[in-house]
Parts: sequence; structure tokens; C-alpha cells
Amino acid sequence: MSVTDIQLQEGLTHHNEHHDQNFISKYIFSTDHKTIAKQFLITGIFWALIGGALSLIFRLQLGFPEMNLEWLRPLLGQWITESGKLDAEFYLALVTMHGTIMVFFVLTAGLSGTFSNFLIPLQIGARDMASGFMNMLSYWFFFASSVVMFISLFIETGPAAGGWTVYPPLSALPQAIQGSGLGMTLWLVSMALFIASTLLGGINYITTVINMRTNGMSFSRLPLTIWAFFITAILGLLSFPVLLSAALLLIFDRSFGTSFYLSEIFIAGEALPNIGGSPILYQHLFWFLGHPEVYIVLLPALGITSEIIATNSRKPIFGYKAMIGSMLGIGFLSFIVWAHHMFVTGMNPFLGSVFTILTLVIAVPSAIKAFNYITTLWKGNIVFTPAMLFSIGLVSFFISGGLTGIFLGNSVLDINLHDTYFVVAHFHLVMGSASFFGLLAGVYHWFPKMFGRMMDDRLGKIHFWLSFVGIYLVFFPLHYIGIAGFPRRYYSFTSFETFNIYTDLNALVSVAAILTFAAQFIFLFNFFYSIFRGKLAPTNPWKSNTLEWTTPRNPGHGNWPGTIPSVYRWPYDYSKPGAKDDFIPQTVPYSHTPESNLEYEKEIAGNENITGVEKMDA
Amino acid sequence: MLTIIVVLAVVLILAVLFTAYRVTALVDVVKKKKNQAYSPVSKNNGLQGVYMVLFLIAGIAGFLYFSISEADVYNLPIASEHGVIVENLFSITMWVTVFVFIATQIFLFGFGWRYRYRKESKAAYYPHNNTLELIWTIIPAIVLAWLIISGLKQWNNITGPAPEDSEVVEVMGYQYAWAFRYPGKDKELGDYDFRMIDAINAVGIDMEDQNGHDDFMATQLVIPKGKPVHLQIRGRDVIHSVYNPHFRIQMNAVPGMPTRFWFIPTVSTAEMREQTGNSEFNYELVCNKICGKGHYSMKGIITVLEQDEYDTWYRESQQNTFLKQNPNYLSKVPEHLKEAAKIVAGIENITEKQKVTTALSSF
Repeated sequence: MSVTDIQLQEGLTHHNEHHDQNFISKYIFSTDHKTIAKQFLITGIFWALIGGALSLIFRLQLGFPEMNLEWLRPLLGQWITESGKLDAEFYLALVTMHGTIMVFFVLTAGLSGTFSNFLIPLQIGARDMASGFMNMLSYWFFFASSVVMFISLFIETGPAAGGWTVYPPLSALPQAIQGSGLGMTLWLVSMALFIASTLLGGINYITTVINMRTNGMSFSRLPLTIWAFFITAILGLLSFPVLLSAALLLIFDRSFGTSFYLSEIFIAGEALPNIGGSPILYQHLFWFLGHPEVYIVLLPALGITSEIIATNSRKPIFGYKAMIGSMLGIGFLSFIVWAHHMFVTGMNPFLGSVFTILTLVIAVPSAIKAFNYITTLWKGNIVFTPAMLFSIGLVSFFISGGLTGIFLGNSVLDINLHDTYFVVAHFHLVMGSASFFGLLAGVYHWFPKMFGRMMDDRLGKIHFWLSFVGIYLVFFPLHYIGIAGFPRRYYSFTSFETFNIYTDLNALVSVAAILTFAAQFIFLFNFFYSIFRGKLAPTNPWKSNTLEWTTPRNPGHGNWPGTIPSVYRWPYDYSKPGAKDDFIPQTVPYSHTPESNLEYEKEIAGNENITGVEKMDA
Repeated sequence: MLTIIVVLAVVLILAVLFTAYRVTALVDVVKKKKNQAYSPVSKNNGLQGVYMVLFLIAGIAGFLYFSISEADVYNLPIASEHGVIVENLFSITMWVTVFVFIATQIFLFGFGWRYRYRKESKAAYYPHNNTLELIWTIIPAIVLAWLIISGLKQWNNITGPAPEDSEVVEVMGYQYAWAFRYPGKDKELGDYDFRMIDAINAVGIDMEDQNGHDDFMATQLVIPKGKPVHLQIRGRDVIHSVYNPHFRIQMNAVPGMPTRFWFIPTVSTAEMREQTGNSEFNYELVCNKICGKGHYSMKGIITVLEQDEYDTWYRESQQNTFLKQNPNYLSKVPEHLKEAAKIVAGIENITEKQKVTTALSSF
């Protein structure tokens, strides 16, 4: 601890000195966690637009299969066939890129990268991340990874097209699909860079949370956001290396003639020499990352929601310890449920039984979280900021999508539902839309701290209602289509008589998708306009308890001028009986609030060691 | 010219919107009293709660209306024995989840409306309640355990070994079609070897194995009603998946790792044509694992016949063994098996009866 103190003192003197930063070290190769967070956010928004736009193109194809897409030729070139249709293979590339971009670049890097970076030091009371340099590397690895993936969109043979899970042999053999040529190579290179970025970030998050909490910030006083980021980082650290190994073996199979995943293949008129590999091995390795990845995407969103719902209900989060417990439970269980993605791959049915049990067990902690959010709203005094609306929307998606997981996790039901649109509906609600709403909620909530200005409240609400209704209109009908057996990743359903129904429903989904996408431009306008022209933000606009709101309007390098505040209580003392205000920030000692202390807190108040002089911003 | 006009119009509309926004924002600033502190509670705060209730009512009404009125459309008729069991479990799970879904959404949005901000009211300080939390840990645990247990028994039955008397058919997926191989008169499929595959011997029948000499190929998956059908599944190039929603069957076709699935069809194609009122109806074999450009059109036809029709079809089809259709493959048969192969493949009979039929059945 003494070592840390000395460092803090150094940081302090350093901060008070006048130091000029040129443009490059301030905005580009910055080691400041706040700048890096914004870099992740802007890059994430860029990717979200690309990923969303790709989905619109294939939604046009699915909703209006007869439509002439000639007008897209300036953009897509040869991928529009001579008859003005979308190329069937490029359709698969679109689906693949949409998935890859959304899962990894938007909801992993864009969400965790933004908010772990921004909030961990600010909410635990640290000057910066444990290693600012590693943090900077983390972003620039992500940037390099983005560049490679972006380039792959434009190459002649098209980007990777084997689905975002890139199962071999399809992804290993350029004979099988064009996208498995250079496009797939770039995909693998990009993912390797991405994994390096995630690991650099994750190590930093974990180290910072463990070592750099301010005085009094025990683990039992951490905001749930930090708990979520912390657990997420651990999940990433344990699972992403497995994806790297899976990718590495795939690279070997593709380029160096090994047979890890390939066996007994006859393709393009010749028998390949590979013998003894197993395509299913890849799936095991992939989903060993892939399933924790779902929670890597979801947990930060749930953490952000916990904080926002408590603040805006003006109530403590219900069941703080149960929330942590269920996150730990979800985190642990997420490593032993992966094979529920593989019930029909022909793996041993006994494994199917085991993974069914484990999968349905993971529903219990998820249910606890949902119930706790709802109970937090009960008897609250709810302020509907845009962030709050998005958080409530998240809970709604989390429930809707979570419940359909009970079908898919059950191996018997999965026989008929596997790889149908039911799965598409399920994960788009529970992980896609829920996490996306977590990201948006976070942006609306912490925008004042990021840019020192407020976003427009009314535009935020319009954005919410259009997105919320739109997303339900997009994904809810897909359940019916899935129950009717429609397979995913189908360019068109006209070849099958079984699937000649629901053209109207598919058209509705496509229209809703276009409107939902259009609504995001309201957000973009609000976001960029408010960065420059928004109203100046008060230091604590939402009357929140956590430490970041004790910093100045525009926190400088080092976050707090003067000493870092100490923490004396948990972050959820909202509407405490007897208290003057309906919130008591974490920096207020119990000895200053005798009127509202509970029995056991009175005892703590007597033993409190108050070092610095407390300044209250409220 | 038109494009320019469109672009100009869009730019103009955006400019108008931007100006309108800027004006209202500035008016707001002017209207606000100078000393008024910022408050996160906006004037439309209560309205959000009202919208939530409206959304809730419209959402649930739409959900129930569509689910009930369209039930016959999205629930495909069941055509297999285990399909009924799967469907039962599906319904139970559906009732449970729909109940939880509606209840929780009502609470979520209902609380949003009921406890919307009021200046005079204060939120309750209610950080935890162990009894309550215990209840909603245990109840989902019990319900889920019940669903798991009822599922696992069925899972074991469905994925267990196929009955002895099953009809065995080999199904092989390749870009972008299906190949079906029947074991022929001896009811034993011969070995295969992927190195034997060529343009004609699509599944790579290994001519060194005697069991394969009477195997025959079919262009459709023809199966009998009421008898266990044992599909032996494999993939030739990439992973495919044997899927049919009417039978509730699905199993991946993996290169290098043979898989299997057995089931008992209960409704013949003819009966299903009557039931659906669609005289063109066919069971379709769907590829349900992304396999390349033609994935979306990788279709096979499954025909379910009454037992006696099936027996007739099988008797006729087994005349057209692969070897008989392609006699030059005899050269790959080991010398000492050649004579026997000619007999089981029915090649000797060709000259006698001059009977030429296609390998394709009459279906």
C-alpha cells in the first residue's frame, strides 16, 4: 500500500505541473484511460454502422426476394449479379461479417473497451489504469485488427463467408467457398490481433481493479459495474486464448497441410490427403470461447444497467450480494455449457445430457438477476432518463431472449430448433439487443463525464422508443419463422415448399430493421452534436453516488485534482430513511450522517478513520 | 439529374431538421430561469410510464393474437413417433415460459408506470430480502429441474441405439445435394472409402467389400411408414445437416465422422397430402448447416410409403444395383469375388431378360 501511496503522490505532483501534450500524444497515441475509452467508443460506433448496414442489405434480400438491387451496384459491384440480384455467396459473406463485426468489434471491444476503460479508474478511485502503455497497445491492436477486417470487405474473392463461427472444413477449403481464400486468411489475422488486444485490455482491467482501489474501496463496496467488468475480463482472459489456439490450428490446416480438423474429404473432383482430423474438435475449441463470449458481451451491459437502474429508481440495487453471486455463478457456469451449441453434431448423446443439465442450471442466476432488477424498480421514484429507458428495455430483452434459451438449452427441443430462425431470434434479443442497449444506456449515462456536456433528453427518448419497438418488431416474428423450421443462413426460401409461407412476416421484419437502423441516426446526431454544442453538464447530473461524479466536469489527466477521495460506504445509499437528500455519495463518512445510519453502521461510524477533509459536491 | 435532385432534397430536409432542432434548443435555453438548477427529471417523465403501459398492452395483445390465430401455420404437422414427444415437451416449456414472460413484463413495465417520479414521494430503502431471494432461486430451480428430467428421458430414447429391425439407409450430403444408398437384398451396407469417390461412384462404395455389391442408389429418400428408419449420415466435403421439421429430425453430416439418427415415420406422404389439402406436398430434406453458395437450395425429397408399397418399391429397386448400372466398376472388384459380385448385383440377368430400367425408381 505504501508503494501505491508514493506513486499517487508522484502522480499528484506531476498533475499539478503544467504539461503540454501535443495533438498526437493527447488524442492518438494517448495513454489516458478516458481518451482510450473514447477511441474504443468511436471505433465501436463506426463498426456498428457497418455491421448494421450489412444486415440491411441481406434483410432486403430476405424480405423482398424479388427486388431489383441494381441500385446497390455502385457499392457492391460484381456482387450484384447481371439480373440485379444479390450474389448468393456474397449473402453468406454479409451474414458472416455482420456476426463477426457485431459480436467482436461492437459488443466486445465497443462495449467492454469503452466502459471498462472509462469507468474502472473513475469508479474505483485510481489515477489511471495499471499500465497506460498496455492500454494504449490494446486499442491500437484493436485498430490494426479493424483495419485488416475492413480491408477484407473489399477484396476480389470477398470476405470470410463461412458464418461467424467459421466452422471447418468450409472455412479451411477455398474450393468450398470463395470467401475461404484470402478473405478467411485476413479474418484469422484480424482475429489474432483482436485477441491480443482483448488480452492486453483484460490483464489491465483485472490488475487495476485488484491493486488500485482507493482507500476504503473494498470489494464489497465496488459498484456492480466494476464487478461486471472485472468478471468479464477474467472470462476473456481464460477463454480468448482458446480461440487463438483454435484459429492457429485452422491456419495450420489451411496453409501447412496439417489435418487437425480435416478428414476424408472429397471436393472439387479430388480426394484430399487429410486423414484423422475432426471438424467437431474445432467446434469444441470455438465454443469453449464462444459461450463465455456471450457473457463477455452481456455482463458489462448488465453491470451498467444495475448502476443506472439503482440511480434512477433512487433506490439501492436490490440484492447487491445476490447480484455479485449470480454474476460469479454465470461466469463459472459459462465455461461448462459450451457443447449446447453442438447437440446435433453427432457428439456422444451422454454429453448432450450433461450439457443440458448445466445449461439449464445457468438459467437460475440469470433469473435472479432479472427478478432483482424488477424489484429494484418496485417502490422506486423512477426518473426516466434516456439511460434509464434503455436499461429497462435491456431487462425486457434479457427476459424475452433468456426464456427462449430454456427451449434451446434442452437437447430434445434443440433437435428441431437448432440452426433455425428461433436461434437467431433468441440470441439477437438476449445478447445482441440487450448488450446493444447496455452500450447505449452507458453512453447516455456517462456522456456528461466523457465530454462534459449533456445529450439531448428528448432526442434520446425518441431514439429509445423507435429502437425498442423496432427491435421487438424485428426479432419477435423470427420466433414464429423459426418454429416453422426456417433454417438460418439461407439466401432465399423459394427452393423449399415447406418454407413458402411467411413472406409477409419476413417483409415486415425487413421494414422494421430499416426503420430501426434509421432511428440510430437520431442517436448519431445527438451524440456528435452534443459533444460540441450540448448544454454544459453539472458535475453530478444524475445525483449519483459513485466516485466518477466527484471529479471535475472535465476530469484531467489523473482524474482528481488534489488527493483521491476515500470511500466510506457502498455505492447504493439512495433514499436512505432520515437522510437529507435522496442520495449519499460513497465519499461521505458514516460519522457525517448520524441521522440516517443503520444500527450496524453506527458502530462503523465510531471507528472511522477520516484522513482528508471531505468536500461534498452535492 | 434525378440523383442530384434527390441528394439535394435529402440535404435540404436534413438542414431544415437541424435548424428546427437548433432553434428549439436555443428557445429552451432562453426560457429556462437563470438560477434553476439542472434536474434529470424532464417534463415528459410521467409520459414515459404511460408509453410503457401502452407498449405492454399492445405488445401482449399482438403476441397472443398472432400466436393463437397462426398456430396452425407455424406449428408444422408432426409425422414421426418421437415428434409427438418433442412437441409435448415443447408445449409444456411454452406454457411455462409464456406465463413467466407475460408476468415479468407486466411487473417490469407496470412498476415503471406505477412508480414514476413524483416530487412528493420518496423511494423505499429496500436493499435486500433473503426470503424473497431464496424463493425466486428455488422456484426456477425446481421448474428447470422438472423440464430437464422430462427432457433427458426422451433424449436418451431418441438418441439411443436403433431397434434391430430398422430400415438402414445411408444419407450423404455433398455440395449441394444428397445421395441415398440402400443396402440391397442382403440388408447390409457395404464399406465406403472417400478415395473411391468419382463422378459416378458418388458415395465411394468400396468394391472390395462384398456387402456393397448389391447396394443400390436412389434419388429420393424413400422410407416405410410405421417402421424404425435408421439414417447413417456422413458428409463428403464440408459439414451439412440432415434436417426435416415434420419429422423433428436433425443430425449433422460430418466429413470423417459418420453420424446417425433413427426415427419412426407415422404419416405417409399420401396421408400428409390429404391432411394438408396440398396434393403437391412432399417431405423435404433440408440442409441446415451452412455449406456454401448453394446451401439454400440443397434439397432432397423424402417419400414415406405404406409398408406394402415400400416392400414393392424396394423389391423393384434392388434389381438396379450400383454395379449393374455401372458394370465397368466390376474391374475394381477383387478377382476372387467377381463371380459372386456378378450374381448379387444381378449382372448375369441382364442379357437373359433384356430388362433395362433406370436406377431411379418410379417415384
